[in-house]
Amino acid sequence: MARLTEENVRLAREIIARYPRSRSATIPLLHLAQQQDGYVSNDAMVHIGELVGATSAEVFGTASFYEMFKFEPVGKYLVNICGTMSCALLGADELIHHAEHALDVKLGGTTDDGLITLERAECQAACTEAPCLQVNYRYRFRVTNESFDQLVDDLRAGRLDGEIPPHGTVARVRQRVAADRVVGAVAPADVADGPSWFDGKAAL
Amino acid sequence: MTSYPHAPGFIAGDRPQIVTSRFQYDDSFTLERYLATGGYQGLKKALGRTPTDVHDEVKNATVLGRGGAGFPAGTKWGLTPQGKWPRYLVVNGDESEPGTYKDRLLMERDPHQLIEGCLIACYAAGLSQCFLYIRGEMAVAQERVATALNEAYAAGYVGKNIMGSRFSVDIVLHWGAGAYVVGEETALIESLEGNRGMPRLKPPYFPAAIGLYGQPTIVNNVETLANLPWLLVNGAEAYTAIGTKTSPGTRMVAVSGHVKRPGVYEIINGTTTFRDLLYGDEFCQGIRNDNQLKAFVPGGGSAPWFTPEQLDLPFEASQVGPAGSMLGSGAVMVMDHTTDIPRAALTLTRFYAHESCGKCTPCREGGTWLERILSRIVDGKGTDADLDQLLEVGESICPGAFPHASSSELGLSAVPFPYRMNTICFVGPSAYAPVHSALTLFRSEFEARVTKRTRIPVSGSVS
Ligand SMILES: Cc1cc2nc3c(=O)[nH]c(=O)nc-3n(C[C@H](O)[C@H](O)[C@H](O)COP(=O)(O)O)c2cc1C
Ligand code: SF4
Ligand code: FES
Repeated sequence: MARLTEENVRLAREIIARYPRSRSATIPLLHLAQQQDGYVSNDAMVHIGELVGATSAEVFGTASFYEMFKFEPVGKYLVNICGTMSCALLGADELIHHAEHALDVKLGGTTDDGLITLERAECQAACTEAPCLQVNYRYRFRVTNESFDQLVDDLRAGRLDGEIPPHGTVARVRQRVAADRVVGAVAPADVADGPSWFDGKAAL
Repeated sequence: MTSYPHAPGFIAGDRPQIVTSRFQYDDSFTLERYLATGGYQGLKKALGRTPTDVHDEVKNATVLGRGGAGFPAGTKWGLTPQGKWPRYLVVNGDESEPGTYKDRLLMERDPHQLIEGCLIACYAAGLSQCFLYIRGEMAVAQERVATALNEAYAAGYVGKNIMGSRFSVDIVLHWGAGAYVVGEETALIESLEGNRGMPRLKPPYFPAAIGLYGQPTIVNNVETLANLPWLLVNGAEAYTAIGTKTSPGTRMVAVSGHVKRPGVYEIINGTTTFRDLLYGDEFCQGIRNDNQLKAFVPGGGSAPWFTPEQLDLPFEASQVGPAGSMLGSGAVMVMDHTTDIPRAALTLTRFYAHESCGKCTPCREGGTWLERILSRIVDGKGTDADLDQLLEVGESICPGAFPHASSSELGLSAVPFPYRMNTICFVGPSAYAPVHSALTLFRSEFEARVTKRTRIPVSGSVS
C-alpha cells in the first residue's frame, strides 16, 4: 500500500520535531502508518525511513520487534483475549475456546467476512477484572461466553463504531502544543550547560 | 467521541490516600477538577524553593521506587554525573508485569497528578526534557494523558515559564507498541531511541550515568512520580508518618485471582500484611466460596510464590526478601485449593518465554525449553525425567540455589532473595521462578501427572 499521505507527513514532522533525535519518532510514525492503512506497509516503512533518517531495513528491524505492528491486513477488529495468570485462574482458556467456536477461527485467524481477528494476548493490566479482553485496545471486563457473543453481535451490527475505531487507530487524541508554549527539543551535542533555571536559586 | 467509563478495580477504604485521593470524582482527570482539589500546589511550593531543597525533601521522605526494584527516588536522582548535560527524565508507564494494575489507573484517572510529579522531578534534578512512555496497548491512558498535557500546556503548567516562573520544561508523550521487556529501563531507552527494545549490557549502562542518547537519564515509574505532589504539599515528615521508617507512605497493590473482592487498594506501606490484604474486611474479604488458600504470588509474575505460612509477612522488603521472594510491582495473585498448580505455573512461564528478546541464550533457549517441558507435563505427556530436566534448565538460567519460601509441612527452610543469574535482565529468571516455586512447594502434583520412567530407554544399538 501507500506512503504516508500529505496530512500524515505534516503530523509526522510535528512528532519528529519533539525529539532531540529524529529516530526517536520511529515507533510513533509506525503507529501513524498503521492508522492510515490498518497495517504497516513496505512503502510506509521506506517513507518513515526517509523522514527519520534510517534505512527501511532499520525501520523494519525496529517494527518487527513489537507485537502491535502487523505487516499484512488483519480484521477491522482485533480481539485480544488475555491468557496470563489472573485471567487464566478465572476461565480465560475456556473463554478462548468459546471464542474460537463462536467465530469459527483458530487463534491468529480472521473471520471469513474479514471483520474480526482473534488473538491470545498477555496481561493487559486489568487483572482484577478477569477474564478480560481488548477490541482494538478498548477493554471488556469480566467477560462471559454470553457477553462475548453480545460483543460480536454489536461489532457486526456496527453498534460500537462510536467507541471502537477500526484497527490501526490507538489513541484518538494527540499531543498538540502551541508554538509559543513549547521549549523545543535540542540535539544533546548542542547542549553544553545545565538548564538556565538550574542555578541554585528558586525559580519563582 | 464516546466518553469512557472509569477504569474499574480501585476500592477505597478508611485509610490515608496519597495517590488516589481524586479517584472518587467522575471528572478526576480534568484540569478543572485537579485545580479544585489542590492540583499544581506541590509544584508551586517546589518552585518557591531551590532545586537542592526540593531534592532534599524527596530524599528525606525515602520515596521507594514503585516499578519493581524499590530503589529510593531521591538517591537515584543524585547519581547523575556532575557537569554532564543535558539530563533527561523518562517516565516508565509500560506497566505489563503479570498481575500489575496500578499505573494504568493513575494515568487514566489522575493524569495531572503524574504530570505535576514529572515537573517536580525535573526541577529538583535539573532534567531538561521529559519523555512520558505509555504502554502501546493502553489507548485510553494515552488519550487521557494527551488531553491533560494539552490542557496543562495551554494553561501554563508545562512548557515555557511554568506558572510564570523561570522554570521551563517540555513533556513529550511517547507510546510503545507491545513488548513486555521494554519495561526494563535500558530497553525502554533503546525503544525511545527508535530501536528494538532490548536491554543493554550492564555495566556500564546505568541510565543515571549513560542513558537516553548516552546522556544521564532518570527512569522512574508512574506511581513513584505520582507521590511527589502530595509530598511537596505536605512535607517529608507527614509522608514518613505513614508506614514504616524503611517503607514509608502508601503503595498501590492489585489483588487478583481467587479472592472474594479482587481490587486495587492503596495500602499502608511496611505494616499491612498479606493476611490483612487477602482476608481483611476492608480489602479482599477472604478466598472465593470460603475455599482454602493454596498459594499466592506476592509481587508480580516474576516473584517466587508464597503459601499460607507466609501470610503474616508485611509489605516490607527487608522481611519478604529473607522469606524467599520480593514485593516487586505491587501485584498479588491468589490461588485457592482448586488450582491446577502446573497449569497455573505454565501461564506465567509461557508469558516470559514468549517475551524473551533473544539477546542471551539461557533466556532465549531456556525459556522455550521450560515452556515446552511444562506444557507436555500439563498435557499428561511428561515423564518423571522431565521434572529433573526443568531444574537443570533452571540451573542454566540461574546457577545455585534459587529463592523459595519455607514450608514446615515439607520441612523446607527458605532460600532468601535474590538469585544469581546468567542473563542480562530478569526475564530469563522470571520464566523459571514460577516453575521452581511450583515444583518445590507442590512437587506431588507434578509427580501425579507424569509417567514413571526410571531408566531412559535406548532405542537401537550400534553393533
Ligand atoms: C523485565 C522488566 C520489566 C519491567 N517492567 C517495568 C514496568 O512495566 N514499569 C516500571 O515502572 N518498571 C518496570 N521495570 C523496572 C524498571 O527497570 C525500573 O527499575 C523502574 O522503572 C525504575 O523506576 P522506579 O525507581 O521509580 O521504580 C521492569 C524491569 C524488568 C527487568
Ligand atoms: S534475559 Fe531474556 S529478555 Fe532479558 S536481555 Fe536476556 S534474552 Fe533478553
Ligand atoms: S492477567 Fe489478564 S489482565 Fe493481567
